[in-house]
Amino acid sequence: METSLQAPVIPSPAVKDTVSIRKRIRRSFRQIRMESVFKQTLAIAGLLLVILVLGILLTLITQSIPSIRLLGLKFIWGSTWNPVKDVYGAFPFLLGTLLTSFLALVICIPFSVAIAIFLGEYYPTGWFADVLKNAVELIAAVPSVIYGFWGLAVLVPMVRALEARFGVDQPLGVGIFSASLILSVMIIPYAASLGRQMIRMVPEHLKEAAYGLGATRWEVIRHVVLPGTKSGLFAGILLSLGRALGETMAVTMVIGNSSILPKNLFAPGNTMASVIANEFTEADKTVYLSALIELGLALFLVTVIINIIGKKIIDRFTNE
Amino acid sequence: MRTDNIQYRIGKSKGFKILTFVLAFACMIPLAAILFFIIKAGITRINFHFLVNIPRPVGEKGGGIANALLGSVIIIALASFIAIPIGILAGVYLSENKKGRLAYWCRLSVDILQGIPSIVIGIIAYFWLVKPLGGFSAFSGSVALAIMMLPVIVRSTEETLKMLPPSLKEAAFALGMPFHRVIFKVIIPVGISGILSGVMLSIARITGETAPLLFTAFGNPYLSADVTAPMQSLPLLIFNYATSPYNDWHDLAWGASLILLIWVLFLNVFTKLISARWKVQL
Amino acid sequence: MESTIIKSRKFNASFGANHVVKNVNIDIPRNNVIAVMGPSGCGKTTYLRCINRMHELIPDATCNGTMSINDEDIYKMHPIFVRLKIGMVFQRPNPFPNLSIYDNVIAGYKLNGIKLAKAEKDRIVEHSLTKVALWNEVKDSLLKKGTFLSGGQQQRLCIARAVAMEPEVLLFDEPTSALDPISTATVEELFHELKANYTLIIVTHNMQQAARVSDRTAFFYMGELVEYDLTKNVFTNPKDNRTQNYITGRFS
Repeated sequence: METSLQAPVIPSPAVKDTVSIRKRIRRSFRQIRMESVFKQTLAIAGLLLVILVLGILLTLITQSIPSIRLLGLKFIWGSTWNPVKDVYGAFPFLLGTLLTSFLALVICIPFSVAIAIFLGEYYPTGWFADVLKNAVELIAAVPSVIYGFWGLAVLVPMVRALEARFGVDQPLGVGIFSASLILSVMIIPYAASLGRQMIRMVPEHLKEAAYGLGATRWEVIRHVVLPGTKSGLFAGILLSLGRALGETMAVTMVIGNSSILPKNLFAPGNTMASVIANEFTEADKTVYLSALIELGLALFLVTVIINIIGKKIIDRFTNE
Repeated sequence: MRTDNIQYRIGKSKGFKILTFVLAFACMIPLAAILFFIIKAGITRINFHFLVNIPRPVGEKGGGIANALLGSVIIIALASFIAIPIGILAGVYLSENKKGRLAYWCRLSVDILQGIPSIVIGIIAYFWLVKPLGGFSAFSGSVALAIMMLPVIVRSTEETLKMLPPSLKEAAFALGMPFHRVIFKVIIPVGISGILSGVMLSIARITGETAPLLFTAFGNPYLSADVTAPMQSLPLLIFNYATSPYNDWHDLAWGASLILLIWVLFLNVFTKLISARWKVQL
Repeated sequence: MESTIIKSRKFNASFGANHVVKNVNIDIPRNNVIAVMGPSGCGKTTYLRCINRMHELIPDATCNGTMSINDEDIYKMHPIFVRLKIGMVFQRPNPFPNLSIYDNVIAGYKLNGIKLAKAEKDRIVEHSLTKVALWNEVKDSLLKKGTFLSGGQQQRLCIARAVAMEPEVLLFDEPTSALDPISTATVEELFHELKANYTLIIVTHNMQQAARVSDRTAFFYMGELVEYDLTKNVFTNPKDNRTQNYITGRFS
């Protein structure tokens, strides 16, 4: 190819042209090669993410196998967790996780829905909206460990006083209740911001039809806006739940870290995440560590499933 | 007949508006309480010595959080170094490939990663790096944090690039530019604010993370810049010292909390400013 | 002599600093079909939406002057009262997507918190759907959601919904601009029948429609009511130059 382009040495502009054509073609080939290398690099980056997730799942499973094989289903139902005696019943942690997460959700829903309606319907713009929006974003930005520290220093003494007033057995202040309170504050932003987006998406002309029929503002919200966003709000609640389930630090610091099955809401307890955080570095036996990893696997599966369902609902909603 | 309950309905509508208002702004009460308390408790502890000294043994007065400050900076920098290139490349890949099997699984993986609890990521980093390498290290902590940064960076890069007009890319190609040049010299520079805000957001997110570092970076009472050794970080220090029984250490934790809070807030505000500018440009 | 049902005196409406309806004086007689026409941006839709006080739902929207129904000042009544007397049909058919056809027709009652016996509800649904010539087409699918209906049928459903509240006046904001010619014709037939029991005010972009369906025509231009007379007079012998220009197509 190159020989056919080699012109005789004639001192004329033709020489320069053919030489630069040669250079350009060589450069083009190089660039074409670089293009495909680059495209492959991009694909590798994408592949890396998939491998990452698969690797995480694989590691969790393989590290849980000793515990799964040894303990079987007793792991889930057993309500005694005594590593010293090699007894691993995780039910107290499942209960702790469910209690704190659902209680936190129940507490936060009225506030999240109120924020969503406030920002989505009453004041989408303006001074009020900016203040509230920033406040909600701030709530999401404060690190978990700071929530925990504040909870320990301020909330726990208040709860302890409350418990004493109610005549609770051992007014510790730490416990399921305190953990739920802190958690409820932390998950407000998730349902609120999603709910707000969904509410803003209700088409104006449907609201107009309702106003035209003589509805009050609240009636429009109740009969037109909210029914239209039911699935969106549900997805937001799911995502908040997912967040609550995985929250570790703040919960660890105020839940009391007790492996005994909690008798009531004021009792100390543990969640799956907090027991891992507390006991991981102390797990000296293989089965002990493997049991903790099994908890991690359970946590992984539950949060992933909840998040995927939530996202699918949102996708379907935004594409309708 | 039908008009006698109108006053009631009007009252109900007004009542709900007030209820919504009250509930919405009620969430600001705990926020204000936390901010106020942290500022009050922390502001007295912070001075120059606090920032440049390492913690003293229990019982000795003074001491600071220099090791945690340096440690946080190093760990975050290293995590960013790992996560940013991979994240941006993956984001570019997804924006260029709207359909396709790999793109589908990649997107699913990003969604999954975003939902994984941070403590589980800590477990993973432990088994992938701490156990094989025989000890805790800042490096393993950075990897854990990098894994957490990835979904945010990939998402925001993909969203940013998707919003660019296709005519931009077409114009570049029509000029004969090769693909990698189009991406690096045209697409990314135009979308840089959006990508940057995604990066800043991910950094803001991991700055306050503690759980992934619990059994990776682990913490270190001494000033160290060795990434192959355990290292202290600000949230770790707060956690360890806040849950300790010593008042001196509680003091340290308060000061550290204030510093961490300011740092995180600053990052968030900075991110907002960048993304606001980007929206205006568009 | 026909009695006046809607009266406007020195009526103005604005969006912030933008004065879009200027000093309108108009008497609308009962049981008539009034067409309101004019080029885009002339204020006709804004004026219409002031009649049932939908205009004020937009932030920054203001108005002044008198607007009365049966000599009662509309702006001194509560908007809910106004909208129970003055119904509206919008440009895009907007039946509530999550309600069945049956529930759509009586949606106004549900929204207003008015509880009705089943027999009463059935009567109202049948009566309203018959009035809009939709009863025979949907009587076997009343419990299905309204979204499977064609555009014209959906619009007639919206008219039925408005009629079910038994208002005195019906406002139409370009009701057939989103419909195909056949649906348009069916809706236009309705106007003639509805006239017996209601007063209809129809904003339209379509001059031929105005000429076809209305008794009187109001021509708006740049916010002002330029001409208002019997339709046949406006179209054959317009008094104002601007009306003449509009009708002959000099501008649209």
